[in-house]
Amino acid sequence: MNREILIIGGGPAGLECANSLISLGYKVFIVEKSAEPGGHLRKWDRLFPYGASASETLEKLLQQSNKALFFYETEVKSIKKSDGVFIATLSDETQLHVGSIVVATGFSLFPAAKKEEYGYGIYNGVITNADLEDAFKTGKKEFFKANRVGFVHCVGSRDEKVCNRHCSKVCCVTAVKQACEFKDLNPEAEVYCFYMDLRMFGRGYEDLYLKAQNKYGIRFIRGRVSEVAEDVDGCLVLKAEDTLTSRPLKVTLDLLVLMSGISKNPDNDEIALMLGIDTDEDGFLSLCEPNLNNNKTQVEGVFLTGSVTGPKTLPETLNEARAAALAVHKYLSR
Amino acid sequence: MKEFGYSLSPSSRVDLDKVDKSKQNRLFALEPGFKKCMSCGSCSATCSAGNYTDVSLRRAISYIQNGQDQLAVNMLRNCMLCGKCLIICPRGINTRNLIRNILNVYGEKQI
Ligand SMILES: Cc1cc2nc3c(=O)[nH]c(=O)nc-3n(C[C@H](O)[C@H](O)[C@H](O)COP(=O)(O)OP(=O)(O)OC[C@H]3O[C@@H](n4cnc5c(N)ncnc54)[C@H](O)[C@@H]3O)c2cc1C
Ligand code: SF4
Ligand code: SF4
Ligand code: SF4
Repeated sequence: MNREILIIGGGPAGLECANSLISLGYKVFIVEKSAEPGGHLRKWDRLFPYGASASETLEKLLQQSNKALFFYETEVKSIKKSDGVFIATLSDETQLHVGSIVVATGFSLFPAAKKEEYGYGIYNGVITNADLEDAFKTGKKEFFKANRVGFVHCVGSRDEKVCNRHCSKVCCVTAVKQACEFKDLNPEAEVYCFYMDLRMFGRGYEDLYLKAQNKYGIRFIRGRVSEVAEDVDGCLVLKAEDTLTSRPLKVTLDLLVLMSGISKNPDNDEIALMLGIDTDEDGFLSLCEPNLNNNKTQVEGVFLTGSVTGPKTLPETLNEARAAALAVHKYLSR
Repeated sequence: MKEFGYSLSPSSRVDLDKVDKSKQNRLFALEPGFKKCMSCGSCSATCSAGNYTDVSLRRAISYIQNGQDQLAVNMLRNCMLCGKCLIICPRGINTRNLIRNILNVYGEKQI
Protein backbone atom coordinates (compact mmCIF):
# COMPACT_ATOMS: atom_id res chain seq x y z
CA MET A 1 0.00 0.00 0.00
CA ASN A 2 1.26 3.48 -0.85
CA ARG A 3 1.48 5.41 2.46
CA GLU A 4 2.43 8.74 0.93
CA ILE A 5 -0.09 11.58 0.74
CA LEU A 6 -0.10 14.84 -1.19
CA ILE A 7 -1.72 17.86 0.45
CA ILE A 8 -2.21 20.85 -1.84
CA GLY A 9 -2.16 24.06 0.24
CA GLY A 10 -0.27 24.68 3.48
CA GLY A 11 -2.79 26.83 5.31
CA PRO A 12 -4.46 25.82 8.59
CA ALA A 13 -6.45 23.06 6.86
CA GLY A 14 -3.42 21.57 5.12
CA LEU A 15 -1.23 21.79 8.21
CA GLU A 16 -3.73 20.18 10.57
CA CYS A 17 -4.53 17.44 8.06
CA ALA A 18 -0.79 16.76 7.81
CA ASN A 19 -0.53 16.62 11.62
CA SER A 20 -3.19 13.94 11.85
CA LEU A 21 -1.82 11.94 8.91
CA ILE A 22 1.69 12.02 10.36
CA SER A 23 0.46 10.70 13.69
CA LEU A 24 -1.34 7.92 11.80
CA GLY A 25 2.04 6.96 10.32
CA TYR A 26 1.77 8.45 6.83
CA LYS A 27 4.39 10.37 4.90
CA VAL A 28 3.05 13.77 3.85
CA PHE A 29 4.05 16.17 1.08
CA ILE A 30 2.65 19.70 1.24
CA VAL A 31 2.69 21.77 -1.94
CA GLU A 32 2.29 25.45 -1.05
CA LYS A 33 1.95 28.21 -3.61
CA SER A 34 3.40 30.98 -1.43
CA ALA A 35 6.78 31.20 0.27
CA GLU A 36 5.46 30.44 3.77
CA PRO A 37 2.99 28.10 5.46
CA GLY A 38 -0.05 29.26 7.43
CA GLY A 39 -2.36 30.71 4.77
CA HIS A 40 -4.61 33.51 5.97
CA LEU A 41 -3.95 32.74 9.63
CA ARG A 42 -0.51 34.32 9.20
CA LYS A 43 -2.20 37.67 8.46
CA TRP A 44 -4.44 37.84 11.51
CA ASP A 45 -3.55 39.33 14.89
CA ARG A 46 -6.06 38.07 17.46
CA LEU A 47 -8.76 35.47 16.85
CA PHE A 48 -12.47 35.75 17.58
CA PRO A 49 -14.22 35.18 19.84
CA TYR A 50 -11.74 34.92 22.73
CA GLY A 51 -8.81 36.99 21.44
CA ALA A 52 -6.24 34.18 21.18
CA SER A 53 -3.01 35.13 19.44
CA ALA A 54 -3.05 34.08 15.77
CA SER A 55 0.73 33.72 15.59
CA GLU A 56 0.86 31.45 18.65
CA THR A 57 -1.97 29.39 17.18
CA LEU A 58 -0.05 29.03 13.92
CA GLU A 59 3.13 28.18 15.83
CA LYS A 60 1.32 25.25 17.48
CA LEU A 61 0.10 23.96 14.12
CA LEU A 62 3.60 24.21 12.68
CA GLN A 63 5.36 22.49 15.58
CA GLN A 64 3.54 19.28 14.82
CA SER A 65 3.59 19.47 11.05
CA ASN A 66 7.35 19.94 10.65
CA LYS A 67 7.72 16.26 9.79
CA ALA A 68 5.91 16.89 6.50
CA LEU A 69 7.97 17.64 3.41
CA PHE A 70 7.13 21.16 2.19
CA PHE A 71 7.45 22.44 -1.37
CA TYR A 72 7.19 26.25 -1.24
CA GLU A 73 6.43 28.56 -4.15
CA THR A 74 5.29 25.45 -5.94
CA GLU A 75 2.06 24.33 -7.58
CA VAL A 76 0.78 21.08 -8.96
CA LYS A 77 0.94 21.09 -12.77
CA SER A 78 -0.73 17.80 -13.61
CA ILE A 79 -2.10 14.67 -12.02
CA LYS A 80 -2.44 11.18 -13.50
CA LYS A 81 -3.88 8.12 -11.87
CA SER A 82 -2.74 4.60 -12.65
CA ASP A 83 -3.32 1.42 -10.63
CA GLY A 84 -4.78 3.40 -7.77
CA VAL A 85 -1.66 5.57 -7.49
CA PHE A 86 -1.71 9.29 -8.26
CA ILE A 87 1.30 10.68 -10.09
CA ALA A 88 1.57 14.42 -9.49
CA THR A 89 3.96 16.62 -11.44
CA LEU A 90 4.88 19.86 -9.69
CA SER A 91 5.85 23.17 -11.25
CA ASP A 92 9.52 22.43 -10.40
CA GLU A 93 9.14 19.13 -12.34
CA THR A 94 9.28 16.99 -9.18
CA GLN A 95 7.15 13.86 -9.53
CA LEU A 96 5.33 12.49 -6.51
CA HIS A 97 3.67 9.07 -6.35
CA VAL A 98 0.96 9.15 -3.72
CA GLY A 99 -1.93 7.02 -2.55
CA SER A 100 -4.29 9.91 -1.91
CA ILE A 101 -4.66 13.66 -2.42
CA VAL A 102 -6.15 16.27 -0.08
CA VAL A 103 -7.04 19.67 -1.53
CA ALA A 104 -6.66 22.43 1.09
CA THR A 105 -6.15 25.48 -1.10
CA GLY A 106 -8.48 27.73 0.91
CA PHE A 107 -10.16 30.96 -0.10
CA SER A 108 -9.20 34.37 -1.37
CA LEU A 109 -10.16 37.61 0.32
CA PHE A 110 -12.62 39.65 -1.74
CA PRO A 111 -10.73 42.49 -3.48
CA ALA A 112 -12.47 45.50 -1.93
CA ALA A 113 -11.53 47.88 -4.76
CA LYS A 114 -14.14 46.10 -6.90
CA LYS A 115 -16.83 47.85 -4.83
CA GLU A 116 -15.81 51.23 -6.14
CA GLU A 117 -18.65 53.03 -4.33
CA TYR A 118 -16.83 52.38 -1.02
CA GLY A 119 -13.65 54.10 -2.19
CA TYR A 120 -11.01 51.52 -1.32
CA GLY A 121 -7.80 52.53 -3.05
CA ILE A 122 -9.34 55.95 -3.76
CA TYR A 123 -9.70 57.54 -0.31
CA ASN A 124 -6.91 57.19 2.27
CA GLY A 125 -9.31 56.60 5.15
CA VAL A 126 -10.83 53.47 3.63
CA ILE A 127 -9.16 50.20 4.63
CA THR A 128 -10.11 46.52 4.83
CA ASN A 129 -10.43 44.05 7.71
CA ALA A 130 -7.10 42.55 6.58
CA ASP A 131 -5.42 45.99 6.66
CA LEU A 132 -6.73 46.55 10.18
CA GLU A 133 -5.46 43.13 11.33
CA ASP A 134 -2.09 44.13 9.92
CA ALA A 135 -2.24 47.43 11.80
CA PHE A 136 -3.06 45.61 15.06
CA LYS A 137 -0.15 43.25 14.42
CA THR A 138 2.42 45.87 13.53
CA GLY A 139 1.12 48.59 15.85
CA LYS A 140 0.52 51.02 12.97
CA LYS A 141 -0.55 53.92 15.20
CA GLU A 142 -1.91 56.42 12.67
CA PHE A 143 -5.12 54.41 12.18
CA PHE A 144 -5.93 54.46 15.88
CA LYS A 145 -6.04 58.25 16.03
CA ALA A 146 -9.32 58.16 14.13
CA ASN A 147 -12.14 59.35 16.39
CA ARG A 148 -15.04 58.42 14.12
CA VAL A 149 -14.87 54.92 12.72
CA GLY A 150 -17.27 52.86 10.62
CA PHE A 151 -17.31 49.15 9.85
CA VAL A 152 -19.11 48.02 6.70
CA HIS A 153 -20.39 44.45 6.79
CA CYS A 154 -20.92 42.20 3.73
CA VAL A 155 -18.35 43.78 1.39
CA GLY A 156 -18.24 41.43 -1.57
CA SER A 157 -20.66 39.03 0.12
CA ARG A 158 -24.43 38.69 -0.30
CA ASP A 159 -23.97 40.65 -3.48
CA GLU A 160 -24.95 39.22 -6.85
CA LYS A 161 -23.32 42.17 -8.63
CA VAL A 162 -19.90 40.78 -7.70
CA CYS A 163 -21.00 37.16 -8.24
CA ASN A 164 -20.93 36.36 -4.52
CA ARG A 165 -24.45 35.55 -3.41
CA HIS A 166 -23.22 33.69 -0.35
CA CYS A 167 -22.63 34.92 3.20
CA SER A 168 -18.97 34.78 4.23
CA LYS A 169 -19.89 33.76 7.75
CA VAL A 170 -16.81 35.07 9.59
CA CYS A 171 -17.04 38.80 8.87
CA CYS A 172 -19.88 39.77 11.24
CA VAL A 173 -17.98 38.49 14.24
CA THR A 174 -14.71 39.84 12.83
CA ALA A 175 -16.26 43.31 12.58
CA VAL A 176 -17.50 43.14 16.16
CA LYS A 177 -14.13 41.84 17.37
CA GLN A 178 -12.22 44.55 15.52
CA ALA A 179 -14.61 47.28 16.68
CA CYS A 180 -13.99 46.27 20.32
CA GLU A 181 -10.23 46.11 19.77
CA PHE A 182 -10.32 49.55 18.19
CA LYS A 183 -12.13 50.95 21.24
CA ASP A 184 -9.48 49.42 23.50
CA LEU A 185 -6.84 51.37 21.58
CA ASN A 186 -8.86 54.56 21.28
CA PRO A 187 -11.61 54.70 23.94
CA GLU A 188 -12.70 58.16 22.72
CA ALA A 189 -13.69 56.88 19.29
CA GLU A 190 -17.31 56.76 18.10
CA VAL A 191 -17.70 53.41 16.39
CA TYR A 192 -20.53 52.36 14.06
CA CYS A 193 -21.20 48.98 12.44
CA PHE A 194 -23.41 48.92 9.34
CA TYR A 195 -25.02 45.50 8.93
CA MET A 196 -27.93 43.79 7.16
CA ASP A 197 -28.21 40.84 9.56
CA LEU A 198 -25.87 40.10 12.42
CA ARG A 199 -24.78 36.50 12.10
CA MET A 200 -23.42 35.73 15.55
CA PHE A 201 -23.89 31.98 15.32
CA GLY A 202 -20.96 30.55 17.27
CA ARG A 203 -20.31 29.95 20.91
CA GLY A 204 -19.19 33.18 22.52
CA TYR A 205 -20.15 35.35 19.54
CA GLU A 206 -23.38 36.73 20.98
CA ASP A 207 -21.49 37.57 24.18
CA LEU A 208 -19.02 39.53 22.10
CA TYR A 209 -21.90 41.43 20.47
CA LEU A 210 -23.42 42.25 23.85
CA LYS A 211 -20.02 43.41 25.12
CA ALA A 212 -19.58 45.58 22.03
CA GLN A 213 -22.86 47.34 22.85
CA ASN A 214 -22.74 47.40 26.60
CA LYS A 215 -19.08 47.91 27.44
CA TYR A 216 -17.83 49.68 24.32
CA GLY A 217 -20.97 51.58 23.29
CA ILE A 218 -20.63 50.54 19.66
CA ARG A 219 -23.63 51.59 17.59
CA PHE A 220 -25.12 48.98 15.27
CA ILE A 221 -27.04 50.42 12.34
CA ARG A 222 -29.13 48.13 10.18
CA GLY A 223 -28.65 49.15 6.58
CA ARG A 224 -26.26 48.50 3.75
CA VAL A 225 -23.88 51.37 3.01
CA SER A 226 -24.70 52.75 -0.41
CA GLU A 227 -21.79 55.07 -1.03
CA VAL A 228 -18.84 56.89 0.48
CA ALA A 229 -17.42 60.25 -0.58
CA GLU A 230 -14.69 62.55 0.67
CA ASP A 231 -15.52 66.08 1.89
CA VAL A 232 -13.32 69.17 1.58
CA ASP A 233 -11.54 68.35 4.84
CA GLY A 234 -10.62 64.90 3.61
CA CYS A 235 -13.15 63.22 5.91
CA LEU A 236 -15.37 60.41 4.68
CA VAL A 237 -19.09 61.01 4.28
CA LEU A 238 -21.05 57.79 4.35
CA LYS A 239 -24.64 57.18 3.28
CA ALA A 240 -26.91 54.35 4.33
CA GLU A 241 -30.51 53.87 5.31
CA ASP A 242 -31.35 53.27 8.93
CA THR A 243 -33.87 50.60 7.98
CA LEU A 244 -35.17 50.40 11.57
CA THR A 245 -36.59 53.91 11.32
CA SER A 246 -36.87 53.97 7.50
CA ARG A 247 -34.77 57.11 7.17
CA PRO A 248 -31.79 57.87 4.99
CA LEU A 249 -28.77 58.52 7.18
CA LYS A 250 -25.41 60.21 6.81
CA VAL A 251 -22.37 60.32 9.03
CA THR A 252 -18.89 61.81 8.71
CA LEU A 253 -16.01 59.49 9.56
CA ASP A 254 -12.22 59.49 9.77
CA LEU A 255 -11.74 55.79 9.11
CA LEU A 256 -13.85 53.19 7.33
CA VAL A 257 -13.12 49.48 7.59
CA LEU A 258 -14.55 47.23 4.87
CA MET A 259 -15.38 43.66 5.85
CA SER A 260 -14.04 41.92 2.77
CA GLY A 261 -15.58 38.50 2.46
CA ILE A 262 -14.42 34.98 1.78
CA SER A 263 -14.40 34.45 -1.98
CA LYS A 264 -13.50 31.36 -3.95
CA ASN A 265 -9.84 30.75 -4.69
CA PRO A 266 -9.45 31.71 -8.38
CA ASP A 267 -7.38 28.53 -8.88
CA ASN A 268 -10.41 26.35 -8.14
CA ASP A 269 -11.44 25.83 -11.77
CA GLU A 270 -7.99 24.66 -12.73
CA ILE A 271 -7.68 22.41 -9.68
CA ALA A 272 -11.10 20.89 -10.36
CA LEU A 273 -10.22 20.20 -13.99
CA MET A 274 -6.91 18.62 -13.03
CA LEU A 275 -8.53 16.28 -10.50
CA GLY A 276 -11.76 15.51 -12.37
CA ILE A 277 -13.96 17.10 -9.69
CA ASP A 278 -16.48 19.97 -9.91
CA THR A 279 -17.05 23.46 -8.63
CA ASP A 280 -20.48 24.67 -7.55
CA GLU A 281 -22.26 27.78 -8.82
CA ASP A 282 -20.54 29.81 -6.06
CA GLY A 283 -17.12 28.78 -7.37
CA PHE A 284 -16.12 26.73 -4.32
CA LEU A 285 -15.22 23.04 -4.86
CA SER A 286 -18.11 20.54 -4.80
CA LEU A 287 -18.69 17.85 -2.23
CA CYS A 288 -20.56 14.77 -3.44
CA GLU A 289 -22.47 14.18 -0.19
CA PRO A 290 -22.48 17.57 1.55
CA ASN A 291 -24.91 16.49 4.27
CA LEU A 292 -23.06 13.36 5.19
CA ASN A 293 -19.45 14.13 4.51
CA ASN A 294 -17.45 17.35 4.35
CA ASN A 295 -14.44 15.81 2.61
CA LYS A 296 -15.62 13.38 -0.05
CA THR A 297 -15.46 14.12 -3.79
CA GLN A 298 -16.72 12.06 -6.70
CA VAL A 299 -13.16 10.87 -7.36
CA GLU A 300 -12.00 8.05 -5.08
CA GLY A 301 -8.90 8.99 -3.13
CA VAL A 302 -9.36 12.77 -3.62
CA PHE A 303 -10.54 14.66 -0.54
CA LEU A 304 -11.26 18.31 0.25
CA THR A 305 -10.82 20.20 3.48
CA GLY A 306 -11.21 23.69 4.90
CA SER A 307 -12.39 26.85 3.23
CA VAL A 308 -11.90 25.51 -0.28
CA THR A 309 -15.49 24.25 0.07
CA GLY A 310 -16.92 27.48 1.48
CA PRO A 311 -16.50 30.01 4.31
CA LYS A 312 -15.36 28.43 7.58
CA THR A 313 -14.05 29.54 10.94
CA LEU A 314 -10.67 28.26 12.08
CA PRO A 315 -12.03 25.62 14.51
CA GLU A 316 -14.36 24.35 11.79
CA THR A 317 -11.46 24.23 9.35
CA LEU A 318 -9.29 22.29 11.79
CA ASN A 319 -12.04 19.80 12.58
CA GLU A 320 -12.56 19.17 8.89
CA ALA A 321 -8.84 18.72 8.43
CA ARG A 322 -8.78 15.97 11.05
CA ALA A 323 -11.83 14.39 9.45
CA ALA A 324 -10.08 14.46 6.06
CA ALA A 325 -7.09 12.64 7.54
CA LEU A 326 -9.39 9.95 8.85
CA ALA A 327 -11.12 9.74 5.47
CA VAL A 328 -7.73 9.22 3.79
CA HIS A 329 -6.86 6.57 6.36
CA LYS A 330 -10.15 4.74 5.80
CA TYR A 331 -9.70 4.93 2.04
CA LEU A 332 -6.16 3.51 2.16
CA SER A 333 -7.10 0.82 4.69
CA ARG A 334 -9.97 -0.47 2.54
CA MET B 1 -38.04 87.66 0.39
CA LYS B 2 -39.72 86.96 -2.94
CA GLU B 3 -42.33 84.20 -3.01
CA PHE B 4 -41.92 81.89 -5.99
CA GLY B 5 -44.78 79.61 -5.07
CA TYR B 6 -42.63 76.68 -4.01
CA SER B 7 -40.65 75.85 -0.90
CA LEU B 8 -37.94 73.51 0.29
CA SER B 9 -39.17 70.68 2.45
CA PRO B 10 -37.05 70.13 5.54
CA SER B 11 -34.69 67.17 5.25
CA SER B 12 -35.79 64.07 7.09
CA ARG B 13 -32.36 62.56 6.73
CA VAL B 14 -30.67 61.36 9.89
CA ASP B 15 -27.42 63.22 10.46
CA LEU B 16 -25.31 61.36 13.00
CA ASP B 17 -22.83 64.26 13.11
CA LYS B 18 -25.46 66.34 14.90
CA VAL B 19 -26.37 63.93 17.68
CA ASP B 20 -26.13 65.52 21.14
CA LYS B 21 -23.67 63.12 22.77
CA SER B 22 -23.74 64.79 26.18
CA LYS B 23 -27.49 64.22 26.53
CA GLN B 24 -27.06 60.65 25.37
CA ASN B 25 -24.36 60.08 27.96
CA ARG B 26 -26.64 61.47 30.65
CA LEU B 27 -29.30 58.99 29.62
CA PHE B 28 -26.78 56.11 29.53
CA ALA B 29 -25.76 56.98 33.09
CA LEU B 30 -29.38 57.00 34.28
CA GLU B 31 -30.26 53.76 32.45
CA PRO B 32 -27.18 51.85 31.22
CA GLY B 33 -29.47 49.20 29.76
CA PHE B 34 -30.21 51.55 26.85
CA LYS B 35 -27.06 50.41 25.08
CA LYS B 36 -28.07 46.76 25.16
CA CYS B 37 -31.16 47.05 22.96
CA MET B 38 -30.93 44.74 19.93
CA SER B 39 -34.02 46.10 18.17
CA CYS B 40 -35.91 42.83 18.41
CA GLY B 41 -39.30 44.55 18.65
CA SER B 42 -40.69 42.38 21.46
CA CYS B 43 -41.50 45.51 23.48
CA SER B 44 -43.46 47.09 20.64
CA ALA B 45 -45.27 43.84 19.90
CA THR B 46 -46.50 43.46 23.45
CA CYS B 47 -47.20 47.14 24.16
CA SER B 48 -50.68 47.82 25.52
CA ALA B 49 -50.74 51.28 24.00
CA GLY B 50 -49.15 50.35 20.69
CA ASN B 51 -52.38 49.07 19.12
CA TYR B 52 -54.12 52.40 19.58
CA THR B 53 -51.39 55.02 19.47
CA ASP B 54 -48.08 55.47 17.73
CA VAL B 55 -45.88 54.18 20.51
CA SER B 56 -42.98 51.83 19.91
CA LEU B 57 -40.15 51.66 22.40
CA ARG B 58 -37.99 49.92 19.83
CA ARG B 59 -38.35 52.84 17.45
CA ALA B 60 -38.01 55.42 20.23
CA ILE B 61 -34.62 53.94 21.11
CA SER B 62 -33.51 54.20 17.47
CA TYR B 63 -34.74 57.80 17.33
CA ILE B 64 -32.68 58.72 20.37
CA GLN B 65 -29.63 57.04 18.85
CA ASN B 66 -30.20 59.02 15.66
CA GLY B 67 -30.62 62.34 17.44
CA GLN B 68 -34.35 62.56 16.60
CA ASP B 69 -35.20 63.22 20.23
CA GLN B 70 -38.54 64.93 19.72
CA LEU B 71 -39.93 62.02 17.71
CA ALA B 72 -39.03 59.74 20.61
CA VAL B 73 -40.52 62.03 23.24
CA ASN B 74 -43.77 62.56 21.33
CA MET B 75 -44.13 58.86 20.87
CA LEU B 76 -43.41 57.92 24.47
CA ARG B 77 -45.97 60.42 25.76
CA ASN B 78 -48.52 57.74 24.90
CA CYS B 79 -46.84 55.17 27.13
CA MET B 80 -48.82 54.20 30.23
CA LEU B 81 -45.77 52.80 32.03
CA CYS B 82 -47.64 49.51 32.40
CA GLY B 83 -44.37 47.59 32.32
CA LYS B 84 -45.35 44.82 29.90
CA CYS B 85 -42.28 45.60 27.80
CA LEU B 86 -40.10 45.18 30.88
CA ILE B 87 -41.39 41.65 31.34
CA ILE B 88 -40.81 40.69 27.71
CA CYS B 89 -37.45 42.34 26.89
CA PRO B 90 -34.96 39.52 26.16
CA ARG B 91 -32.00 41.73 26.98
CA GLY B 92 -33.38 42.37 30.46
CA ILE B 93 -33.53 46.14 30.01
CA ASN B 94 -35.39 48.07 32.71
CA THR B 95 -37.64 49.58 30.07
CA ARG B 96 -39.87 51.53 32.49
CA ASN B 97 -36.86 53.24 33.97
CA LEU B 98 -35.57 53.83 30.45
CA ILE B 99 -38.81 55.43 29.25
CA ARG B 100 -39.02 57.66 32.35
CA ASN B 101 -35.48 58.81 31.86
CA ILE B 102 -35.85 59.44 28.13
CA LEU B 103 -38.73 61.77 29.05
CA ASN B 104 -36.69 63.33 31.86
CA VAL B 105 -33.61 63.98 29.75
CA TYR B 106 -35.29 64.97 26.48
CA GLY B 107 -38.80 66.09 27.46
CA GLU B 108 -39.68 69.43 29.00
CA LYS B 109 -41.58 67.98 31.93
CA GLN B 110 -40.07 65.74 34.58
CA ILE B 111 -41.89 62.53 35.39
C1 LIG C 1 -10.82 38.88 7.87
C2 LIG C 1 -10.86 37.48 8.41
C3 LIG C 1 -10.59 37.24 9.75
C4 LIG C 1 -10.66 35.96 10.27
N1 LIG C 1 -10.47 35.79 11.60
C5 LIG C 1 -10.70 34.56 12.14
C6 LIG C 1 -10.68 34.39 13.57
O1 LIG C 1 -10.41 35.35 14.32
N2 LIG C 1 -10.99 33.17 14.08
C7 LIG C 1 -11.32 32.10 13.27
O2 LIG C 1 -11.67 31.03 13.77
N3 LIG C 1 -11.31 32.23 11.91
C8 LIG C 1 -11.02 33.43 11.34
N4 LIG C 1 -11.06 33.58 9.97
C9 LIG C 1 -11.23 32.38 9.13
C10 LIG C 1 -9.87 31.69 8.87
O3 LIG C 1 -8.99 32.63 8.26
C11 LIG C 1 -10.08 30.49 7.97
O4 LIG C 1 -10.94 29.56 8.62
C12 LIG C 1 -8.80 29.75 7.63
O5 LIG C 1 -7.81 30.62 7.12
C13 LIG C 1 -9.09 28.68 6.59
O6 LIG C 1 -7.94 27.91 6.37
P1 LIG C 1 -7.67 27.18 4.99
O7 LIG C 1 -6.41 26.39 5.17
O8 LIG C 1 -8.89 26.47 4.56
O9 LIG C 1 -7.44 28.34 3.89
P2 LIG C 1 -6.31 29.48 3.76
O10 LIG C 1 -6.02 30.10 5.06
O11 LIG C 1 -6.77 30.33 2.64
O12 LIG C 1 -4.99 28.66 3.28
C14 LIG C 1 -4.89 28.12 2.00
C15 LIG C 1 -3.44 27.87 1.64
O13 LIG C 1 -3.36 27.25 0.34
C16 LIG C 1 -2.41 27.92 -0.47
N5 LIG C 1 -2.82 27.80 -1.88
C17 LIG C 1 -3.84 28.45 -2.50
N6 LIG C 1 -3.93 28.05 -3.79
C18 LIG C 1 -2.95 27.14 -3.99
C19 LIG C 1 -2.55 26.36 -5.11
N7 LIG C 1 -3.17 26.47 -6.29
N8 LIG C 1 -1.51 25.51 -4.95
C20 LIG C 1 -0.85 25.41 -3.75
N9 LIG C 1 -1.20 26.12 -2.66
C21 LIG C 1 -2.23 26.96 -2.77
C22 LIG C 1 -2.43 29.35 0.04
O14 LIG C 1 -1.22 30.01 -0.29
C23 LIG C 1 -2.61 29.15 1.55
O15 LIG C 1 -1.39 28.96 2.20
C24 LIG C 1 -10.97 34.85 9.42
C25 LIG C 1 -11.21 35.09 8.06
C26 LIG C 1 -11.18 36.38 7.55
C27 LIG C 1 -11.49 36.61 6.10
S1 SF4 D 1 -20.99 37.09 8.13
FE1 SF4 D 1 -22.10 39.00 8.35
S2 SF4 D 1 -20.79 40.51 7.29
FE2 SF4 D 1 -20.13 38.49 6.60
S3 SF4 D 1 -21.29 38.15 4.72
FE3 SF4 D 1 -22.43 37.16 6.40
S4 SF4 D 1 -23.90 38.72 7.06
FE4 SF4 D 1 -22.34 39.77 5.82
S1 SF4 E 1 -44.59 50.45 29.59
FE1 SF4 E 1 -45.21 51.81 27.90
S2 SF4 E 1 -44.02 51.11 26.14
FE2 SF4 E 1 -43.94 49.47 27.69
S3 SF4 E 1 -45.61 48.09 27.15
FE3 SF4 E 1 -46.42 49.54 28.65
S4 SF4 E 1 -47.29 51.19 27.43
FE4 SF4 E 1 -45.97 50.03 26.05
S1 SF4 F 1 -37.64 44.25 23.80
FE1 SF4 F 1 -35.73 45.06 24.65
S2 SF4 F 1 -34.12 44.50 23.18
FE2 SF4 F 1 -36.11 44.21 22.15
S3 SF4 F 1 -36.42 46.16 21.07
FE3 SF4 F 1 -37.46 46.34 23.05
S4 SF4 F 1 -35.95 47.28 24.41
FE4 SF4 F 1 -34.85 46.53 22.61
